[in-house]
Amino acid sequence: MPLNRKDVLTLEDMSVEEMTLILDTADSLKEILGRDIKKVPTLRGRSVMTLFYEPSTRTRTSFEMAGKYMSADTANIATTTSAVVKGETLKDTAWTVEAMGIDCIVMRHPIAGAPHFLARICQASIINAGDGMHEHPTQGLLDMFSIRERKGTLRALKVAIVGDILHSRVARSNIWGLTKMGADVWVTGPSTLMPPGIERTGVRTTFRVEEAIEGADVVMVLRLQLERQKKGLFPSIREYSRLFGVTRERLALAKQDFILMHPGPMNRGVEIASDVADSEYSLITDQVTNGVAVRMAVLYLLLGGGPEGSAQAEGGGEKR
Amino acid sequence: MKPKLVVKNGLVADPLAGKSKVQDIVVENGRIAAVAPGLGEGDPGGRGQEPGPDLIVIDASGKVVLPGLIDAHTHLREPGQEHKEDIASGTAAAAVGGFTTVAAMPNTDPVIDTRAGVEFVLKRAAEAGRVNVLPLGAVTKGQKGAELAEMGDMAEAGAVAFSDDGRPVTGSELMRCALEYVKMLGRPIISHCEDVDLVNEGVMHQGYWSTVLGLRGVPAAAEEVAVARDVILAGLTGSRLHLTHLSTAGSMALLRWAKDRGFPVTADVTPHHLALTDEAVRTLDYDTDTKVNPPLRASEDVEALREAVRSGLVDLIATDHAPHHFDDKDVEYNYAASGISGLETAVAVVVTCLVREGFLDWVGLARMMSLAPARLFGLESKGTLKVGADADLTIIDPEAEWTVDPAAFASKGRNTPFKGMRLRGRVTETIVGGRVVLLGGKLV
Repeated sequence: MPLNRKDVLTLEDMSVEEMTLILDTADSLKEILGRDIKKVPTLRGRSVMTLFYEPSTRTRTSFEMAGKYMSADTANIATTTSAVVKGETLKDTAWTVEAMGIDCIVMRHPIAGAPHFLARICQASIINAGDGMHEHPTQGLLDMFSIRERKGTLRALKVAIVGDILHSRVARSNIWGLTKMGADVWVTGPSTLMPPGIERTGVRTTFRVEEAIEGADVVMVLRLQLERQKKGLFPSIREYSRLFGVTRERLALAKQDFILMHPGPMNRGVEIASDVADSEYSLITDQVTNGVAVRMAVLYLLLGGGPEGSAQAEGGGEKR
Repeated sequence: MKPKLVVKNGLVADPLAGKSKVQDIVVENGRIAAVAPGLGEGDPGGRGQEPGPDLIVIDASGKVVLPGLIDAHTHLREPGQEHKEDIASGTAAAAVGGFTTVAAMPNTDPVIDTRAGVEFVLKRAAEAGRVNVLPLGAVTKGQKGAELAEMGDMAEAGAVAFSDDGRPVTGSELMRCALEYVKMLGRPIISHCEDVDLVNEGVMHQGYWSTVLGLRGVPAAAEEVAVARDVILAGLTGSRLHLTHLSTAGSMALLRWAKDRGFPVTADVTPHHLALTDEAVRTLDYDTDTKVNPPLRASEDVEALREAVRSGLVDLIATDHAPHHFDDKDVEYNYAASGISGLETAVAVVVTCLVREGFLDWVGLARMMSLAPARLFGLESKGTLKVGADADLTIIDPEAEWTVDPAAFASKGRNTPFKGMRLRGRVTETIVGGRVVLLGGKLV
């Protein structure tokens, strides 16, 4: 069963069934990553272009590897070395890419809604790899995948999201995904970094990080963009760290078998203490591996749902 | 000599008379010559005259006849931005929308901040305008907010009011001086109320939907802080201040506060702020035609604005017609120009959202869209249908239902969030100084 949609732009508009399908598919595809020869022919003849208007290490590379492991042809545009620096508009860039026969564009863009604009004007499938402060749906999916893999379920888990909720697309995608899957989501951070109306999304809010962490199954730490301090959103890195830094002492309030997550890149010693980031509770490197599996699943479900059959069947045939 | 004109059997709503009834109107020499029931029966022109080149008869049975609508806030974009709009296309859009007079905002390129600029607008309006154009002058040179523009000279040349619209006069002392200065000119200052610091690069209303959509929000306070300052300065100086495009419940409360103290303050709201909420950004999926300044607000704000229309707290409805080129909107949300092309949908939006919903009757509509703007600009012979007034008339079919099709606009600006929407009420005739410029919904 393919995803019955052209684009993946948000988790806000994605159903529980669709999310479950993606997670289940990722489950079966993850096995490919453990093989000696990491290549299945599932997306042979399909082409994927990554188009990144912002810097990225893990997201762009993991989409590229996800495509390559399934034999899609992949290419990358980094806007700093493209005609974008000559003033080419997003529309013209997208149409140029599409004219090369690209089936899927994976875009990261600093402005919310930019992938929606692209989806309207392009025939190609669009995957949102992060748009401004809006969403980062594959990050939300890979976080859900990582939690589910460890905990077996998402239902009734207490998940604490800690940090700059206001500017975080990772927080928004996780909030939509996790609340729909039945998790009990708490968000905490400085009052200046808490967006208005956030409780209407179904989360609980607190300004006391201890209250959010207490009894949590999952503690998800967000990256703090240090330049926000200059805009007056908090007085100093030191004070932020004192009030909201995730430390061993605070994590002692969480459930015994809690898991710790961070979407990266981390500011060690600011939002997260090094000793806990590197501890046995940390799922941070698993998140990266799972990111590839989830992105394989999304690409497969968007592009590969033809009569060729399921990835499982093809993947199984290749298995060594 | 202009032909004589008779408008028969329309429901005539005159805000000065304060009532509406079925009457005939006779127009001669560009002025209202007679208003009474049954004038057009049998012998419509009187003195045995038949319809022909010298006598035009318009049957307005089932329609509403209003004193010509006046838009206190229009961007005609000429000079300098003719790719977005010019005086010919903008006044054609006005005629289609039922506006017989529009006040042209001075944020053109160059800014209208001298007598020469005012004279240019008047000259171009005389050459290319289908409806009356009232020039507005800038408050500060180049709208830079540093030094006062030559408002006295511009007033002599024909500027009817002064505004730095598009941006606020940031300095409070400069705003105070501007208000003091126009007192001797007998002209109002039209204030665009915005605390730029609080806007902080916001692109939509700050609230639940900005949180969901991840777009930077503009708090209601960004407007209200500026409204509070300006009404206090109007109280201090005793000068005429008009607040344009107010959009929040808090602004309505501040307006009430100022009026209760007797400060010489009036205000307008736009059709789009009366009709749409910030949820439109979501419903229309980040469509940049929803981007406007001030932004579309929350439903509580829309309710407060409608209530202010019902109670008469807010004085007039103005379009803030802000046409933009397709390319200015066909980009990412943050990069898109702000503004809505509003002249051609204003009447239908007001009829659909306010008249049919019981917030406003026809006399009230005529008061808010004709008499009040006429008074704002000191136009004694407009805003009414009494004998001797300028023969500016707007005839509306109140039942006509139509779908907004921007491709059919007379304006060059097709940027409207109302596109594809079914609306009720359509302007069928627009008459400017006794000259029919729109007949049967078609430009003449």
